[in-house]
Amino acid sequence: MTDRTYGTRLPGLPKEIPAGKLIVVEGADGSGRTTEVALLKEWLEVEGHAVVDTGLRRSDLVSGEIDQAKQGHTLAATTMALLYAADFADQLENKIVPALSAGSTVLADRYIYTLMARAIVRGASREYARQLYGFALRPDLVIFLDARAEILLHRSIGKYGSLDYWESGMDLCLSRDLFESFFLYQALLSREFEWMSSEYAFHAVDANRAPETVHEEVQRLVAPLYGRRFVAPRRPPESPPRSVSRVPRRAASA
Amino acid sequence: MPDTPSPNHGFPGRLFVFEGLDGSGKSTQAALLGKWLQSNGYRVFFTEWNSSELVSNTIRRGKKKGLLTPTTFSLLHATDFADRFERKILPPLRAGYLVVCDRYTYTAFVRDAARGCDPAWVRTIYSFAPRPDRVFYFRVPVAVTLKRKLSSRLKMNYYEAGMDLGLSDDLVESYERFQGRLKREYDRISTTDHFRVVDATRPVESIQAELRKDLKPMLANFPTGERLMHDG
Repeated sequence: MTDRTYGTRLPGLPKEIPAGKLIVVEGADGSGRTTEVALLKEWLEVEGHAVVDTGLRRSDLVSGEIDQAKQGHTLAATTMALLYAADFADQLENKIVPALSAGSTVLADRYIYTLMARAIVRGASREYARQLYGFALRPDLVIFLDARAEILLHRSIGKYGSLDYWESGMDLCLSRDLFESFFLYQALLSREFEWMSSEYAFHAVDANRAPETVHEEVQRLVAPLYGRRFVAPRRPPESPPRSVSRVPRRAASA
Repeated sequence: MPDTPSPNHGFPGRLFVFEGLDGSGKSTQAALLGKWLQSNGYRVFFTEWNSSELVSNTIRRGKKKGLLTPTTFSLLHATDFADRFERKILPPLRAGYLVVCDRYTYTAFVRDAARGCDPAWVRTIYSFAPRPDRVFYFRVPVAVTLKRKLSSRLKMNYYEAGMDLGLSDDLVESYERFQGRLKREYDRISTTDHFRVVDATRPVESIQAELRKDLKPMLANFPTGERLMHDG
């Protein structure tokens, strides 16, 4: 149905609304996104839901070319944005839509929003990015893991031993210094995510906290999609109640 | 002396586009026009709708494996065009050249529409490409192009015949039907996009004369320069 896309209907999309749920986890590199996706997948499967997980740049069609282009820095901004869009369309049509049609839950580790943010900070207009990805399916839930740049920095260093060239936006020539570029780039991305947050109804989750705490809040957001009201809190056996650390229920957007 | 910017795109160069079905004779005419402009001392840059290496490999592989859908087909060609535009069309346009394009965005508009893509969406993804100073549309009945195609030894390819759309199992029949769709789409946008429609069933010489006459006023005050010709 048209209202499940962002305005542009894909030719050949099944007429009926795909039955499965589409849940997106967005957030910067180091926001704990991948960890959360794994935890969420595990939990949903334990609860009896079939889950297909998907990420960016994993399609058979152009991932090789994207790697190649990244190495040579050969493509200009618009070209790169279109190449990423082609890659996303391939995954949407060949992986996401079939899985949803089969009734599976699709858990997307990043979605069009990251692609849009990257394209915009590299010079595309917000309007261009929005319309380019107008064919994307509207998710049932978008969780945005919101973490401070300092936290991202430490996790990034912990993970790679240093800072990643692309995640630091070095191709933008914001600064010759990797460390400085990282902060400038994250600030630019953050500004775009902020705009999209209201535009695309993100549910922001404070990701400066421990993974278990983040996961509990995510569970609370996901449960209603399956007609549930509460997530049973996991109680560690024979430990004193830790009511202090329990985050009180509050508005999802921070 | 400073060139007068084009009223259509604001660059000092001019952009002339040749559109039409395969076998409409547009490439022959574009080449002849390029020769003429060059011999008159203008700086001319000629470019064709051929793929850059990076993307053409993908398109070829995708086609071979049957991996392409109308949307990915459209986006990959847009990627390819964007790459060519940013590298080959825009620089000479900014440098004040007469840029002659054998096919431009309109090829994508009609082809993607024939494959069922949302026309408005296709237009937006190409919105980075400026409006040409002149679009010549070589209008010709599908039957004529088919005859030219069959009499030459050029092989009819799968996508050119629109075989991916399942219009017919027969290659020639599918070609006719698909090209018919393209023609209707070209005809439809020819008024909205202000095409200069050229009756392409006429002799080569008389068409060429018509094109030269048409462009002459536009070139009246256009500066001439070094004689450079690049292969697009």
